[in-house]
Formats: sequence, C-alpha cells, structure tokens
Amino acid sequence: MAQLDLSEKLAILSDAARYDASCASSGTARRDSRDGKGLGSTEGSGICHSYAPDGRCISLLKILMTNFCIYDCAYCINRVSSNVRRARFSVDEVVQLTIEFYRRNYIEGLFLSSGIIRSPDATMSDMVRIAKRLREDEAFRGYIHLKTIPDAAPELVEQAGLYADRLSINVELPTERGIQAYAPEKNPATIRKAMGDVKAHKAVANDRSFRGKRPKRFAPAGQSTQMIVGADGSSDATILGQSTQLYGDYGLRRVYYSAFSPIPDASANLPLIKPPLIREHRLYQADWLLRFYGFDVGEITAGRSDGNLDLDMDPKLAWALQNRAVFPINVNRASKELLLRVPGFGTRTVGRILQTRRHRTLRYEDLTRMGASLKKARAFITAQGWTPGALTDSADLRARFAPPPEQLSLF
Amino acid sequence: MYTIPLPQIGTDVAWRDAAKRLIGAGVSPNDVLWDHGGNMGELFATGTPLPPPTRRIKAPQSFVQMAETVVWHKDPQRFARLYGLLWRLRHENGLMQDRADPDLARLRQMEKAVRRCQHKMKAFVRFRDLRQGGERRSFAAWFEPTHHTVEPTAPFFARRFADMDWMIATPDVTVQFVDGNLSFHPGQPKPDLPEDSAEALWGTYFCNIFNPARLKVQAMTSEMPKKYWKNLPEAQHIQSLIAGAEEKVQQMREAGPTIPPDRAQRILDRLHQKDPDVDE
Repeated sequence: MAQLDLSEKLAILSDAARYDASCASSGTARRDSRDGKGLGSTEGSGICHSYAPDGRCISLLKILMTNFCIYDCAYCINRVSSNVRRARFSVDEVVQLTIEFYRRNYIEGLFLSSGIIRSPDATMSDMVRIAKRLREDEAFRGYIHLKTIPDAAPELVEQAGLYADRLSINVELPTERGIQAYAPEKNPATIRKAMGDVKAHKAVANDRSFRGKRPKRFAPAGQSTQMIVGADGSSDATILGQSTQLYGDYGLRRVYYSAFSPIPDASANLPLIKPPLIREHRLYQADWLLRFYGFDVGEITAGRSDGNLDLDMDPKLAWALQNRAVFPINVNRASKELLLRVPGFGTRTVGRILQTRRHRTLRYEDLTRMGASLKKARAFITAQGWTPGALTDSADLRARFAPPPEQLSLF
Repeated sequence: MYTIPLPQIGTDVAWRDAAKRLIGAGVSPNDVLWDHGGNMGELFATGTPLPPPTRRIKAPQSFVQMAETVVWHKDPQRFARLYGLLWRLRHENGLMQDRADPDLARLRQMEKAVRRCQHKMKAFVRFRDLRQGGERRSFAAWFEPTHHTVEPTAPFFARRFADMDWMIATPDVTVQFVDGNLSFHPGQPKPDLPEDSAEALWGTYFCNIFNPARLKVQAMTSEMPKKYWKNLPEAQHIQSLIAGAEEKVQQMREAGPTIPPDRAQRILDRLHQKDPDVDE
C-alpha cells in the first residue's frame, strides 16, 4: 500500500468519525491563556465554528486515531469485515493538526475516537498519550473529548479523565439483544462498568482532602453516550427508558441519538434505509422534556400503542392534546410545573412569565414579547383579554397542528 | 438642545458618561441628539457643552449591563432609545422586570442581536498565518461584522490567543494584539493576507465530516447565514457538497455487500479464542 499523506489520512479518518453525533464543547471548567504561556480558552458555552450542509455544528476536530478495528459491528463503517480504506495518524500528526486548526480559530478543540487495534489497553494508552502531549508539551487549554475504549484498564481511564474535558463511551443500541446481534464483540456489562468507573472517579475528584485541598478535576464536562436509532427494532419507549436509566445511574450529561444512516460498504445484515431524521428530532425533544420540563417517559410515550412518538408533532403538543382536561390554564396563576407543560412555552418564557406577573397581570399580547409561540399555546391558556372558549376541546384541534395531508401527484 | 458627539472607539464609555451628566441635569430625551462617529456633520452641531457631573446617578444594574451591549448595535437610534428608558427609570420602579414593556422589549431584542453578532464573530473569524518569524507567531484576519462588535469581543480573543500576536481588520475598527497588549485603530479596506496552506486541510476536513445522507441545508444556513460565507475558507465547498450528495447516497445503496477482506476472519477467530466469554 502506498504511503498516505496527511490530507488523505485526514479525509479517511474524519469520514470515519462523522457518525458520532456529539460535537459539544460546552459546560467545562473555565480556562484561559491570559498568562501568555499557553494556547486556548474555554468559557462555559461552546462555539460552533462552522456548519456542514447536513446542518450539524462543527465545533471540534472530530477524528479517529485509526480506523483499523478488530471488532465487527454491523452498523459501523470501520468494522473488520468492511473494505473501507484504512489509515492511522501518528501522535504528532494529531497534535499538530489540533494546534494549527485551533490557532486559526477553526475549532474549539479535539474529539478523538478510535477503532480498536491490537488490544483495548494499547488503543486507550495511545489516545491518552495524545491528550497528554497536548496538555503538557503544547500547554493547550482548549477542549478535549476522548472516547473511552470498552475493556480498557481503569488506570488508563483515570489518566484520560485528568487530561480530557469529557469522556464518552457509546452504548450504540438500546437493548442487550441488539448489541448481541449487531455488535457481537461488545459486551453491555463492560460498557456499563466503564461508565460506572468514570462516575466513581468524578465523585472522588470532588472530595477535598482533610487539609481542604481539592484533587485535580476529572473530566469537568462529564460523560456522554450515543444510541443508534432505527438499526434494530426498538421502540421510542425502549430508547427513552434506557436514556432515563443512563441519566440516573451514571449521571450522564447527554445522551445523543443518531439516526442510522447508510454507510459505504454496508453489511448485508442491515437495510440501507433513509436515515429517520424526524424520529431522531422527536427523540431529542422528548429527551429535553424528561430533563428540563418534569415529564416522565410513561407520559410521553403513552399516546400510541406501539410506544413510538408521534412523528407529526412535537411530544409536548401531542401530550397536551391527549390530556386536554388539564387545560386551559391561567398564565397569571398557574404553577411553574403547569406552565412548563404548555405547548409553545419554553423554560425561558416560563421564567419571564413568573418574573413579570409579580408586578402586573399578563395580557395575551404580552406573551408574544416574552418569546411564547402563541400559535401552539393559545388553545391551552387563559390570560387577561383571552380565553380559548371551545377551542381547547374542539374535535379538529389536532388537525390544526398536524401537517396537511400530502397532495398526490401523477407519475 | 444638546448634540452629543460619540467616538467610534470607546463609544460605551463616552455614552455612559454623557448619559449620567444629562440625567443628572434633568435634560429630557427630546432635547438630546446623539452623533456617532461624526455622521451627522455640522448641520445639527449645537456646541452646547455637556452639563457638569453633578451627583451620583443610580440606575438598576440590569440596565447598566444591557446598555453596555446595546451601544454596539448598528441602529442609529440606539443611544436615544437607551436614554429614553433611563429617563423612564427615574420614576418607574420595576420597569426592568417587566418583560412585556414594548420599549424594554425592543432594547432586549437589540441586546440579543449584538450578543448573537459577538457569538458569530467568535465563531467565524479565520486567522491566516503571517509567517513572520520571531519568537511569537503572528496571524491576521479580515472580518465583516453586522454590528459594532469588534471592541466588546476583542477581550475574548485576547484570553484565547494570548501566546501569539494577531490582528482582526474590519471596515470600522481594527484590533491588534501585540506582545500581550490590545489596541484599537480605525477601520480599513480588506488587506491582502498571504495564502495559508492550513485552509486546504480545513477544507478537506469540512468535506469529509459532512454526511451526504442527512442533507439539511436550511439548518446550516440559519446558523451560518450566507453573508458570512465570503470570508470562510470552507464555504467554497458547500455548493458542490450539496449538488453531489444525492448521487453519493445512491451509490452507497446500489453497491451491494462486498466480500470481507481475508484478514477479517483471522482477526475475529483470534479475538474470540482469546476471550471465549464474549461470544457466548
């Protein structure tokens, strides 16, 4: 095989990394380089430096260290049985690319993942070496996200957490059966163990010693994971149930949902469907309701007998239409918990309503200026100068929100 | 009648100082004209000197913070709108908490627009390596912001790129950071910056991180509006990526499953032998 140049390697190893949805660079410790002795800063909110035509944010240099892999996961472009071109970066190449891209303000930092080569420990220790070089030799203070390799030794994971802002390990499929069928070399138990280890290390790093000294911070931006949607037959209720458990058991910051998307040189075991992008979008909306709006999985997925979300409308609106007895609610008196359940009200709108109504009574027109989407909300609220009358219970209310039936055309 | 000249550089401090003196002297908003960067010319110049600073003026912290951002908006009425609200605040307690007041809502909207513009500046400035040698590396960029956001955003770049020298040139203000010192200068036309070979690599990355099976052009343009594209090196690839996406996906569908490479079975056999538990 001819020697690949840097540009060819970058093409192969970023192509191989694009199926990971996460590109977040937010929520880590604040750092800067005002002392003039290093490069980079992180200030709470992340920055999307560019957007690809797939609508995804490009915040980090997201690459694989290598796409050689000894595992054979059916959904993955890098599985051992695929004929995709293979490449491998040297430690130096990854470090230089990160630093030079960062200096030109292209990126917030590095998201490094890898295929599994030789052994999990060998792979993980190479990745840790890259992070260490960046932090110690280059004094890099930007963002680093490292993938943890399942089955890697706990000491390596511990080191990774000292250099990285975020660690992640993908559960990939929502059920154990799914993992056995499509990722036979992966073991759900070891994935869970790795997540548990990260959680434990984080907890230890928060304890002060008896002299009040704080240990070095461990993965300050927490850990995240990803589930592939639409490769196996799991319903949305199963997927969201799994997420709730992951948020609870391992204190994950984020669960990412990735619509299964056709890959070059696909395995014969998986159909090459159009990626279910709307379903993915609805899952993110539902995930938000679970974390910030006080909903539980049962409520959100009760609407349909197959346990899937309504694709025609967002899950909060679907819930409200199913539970009309709760509405209309009075924006001037309702509790915060109820306001959060109104379709068209976000957490910010609710905050503004609570703040303003301490001073005066809210009128319908006021709500527009507070960021509410009244097209959705109007059927579910009363305010001074507004009652929805029979609208809340009208039989065609759903039809007003669902997309119009598509016109058929001759072919 | 007062006409208050405000400079291009240091607008925030000058506005705040003038507003404090005017409010202290009880000057009504109707008697003030604000002239940013000498745009008004001689026509309205009154020459009336500003009233001297009198007493300590109190205004809610939330107003002061909002004003610090809104002064950088491009709307010529921004100074008058801010002063109008400050005038009302003398007697209306709780006005800053009223999220539905139309004057305040308008100013909050302007504040949001400036913050967004600052955020986009942090995201879309692209430096080129000037390759000047010397101990510190030096970089330069050309940028065209929507509002007057260079001055309030420059400290961000200083915190981030402190170990190198850099310059961001824009039509109204140019900011330089040399040996750890930040300085502002008048704007300039687009400078000729040397080619930078990193841009080709960045383009390669941009093209390959894109997934053609998930084309969502509108999601891209709503976050990265076309007005920014001319100064983004990666944007030159967007048209061809969109045009070729459908065909690429079609090719993936049509290509049938291939025969796994010889090594695949060998590797899997060895893996399963080593750890019989995995494949139970």
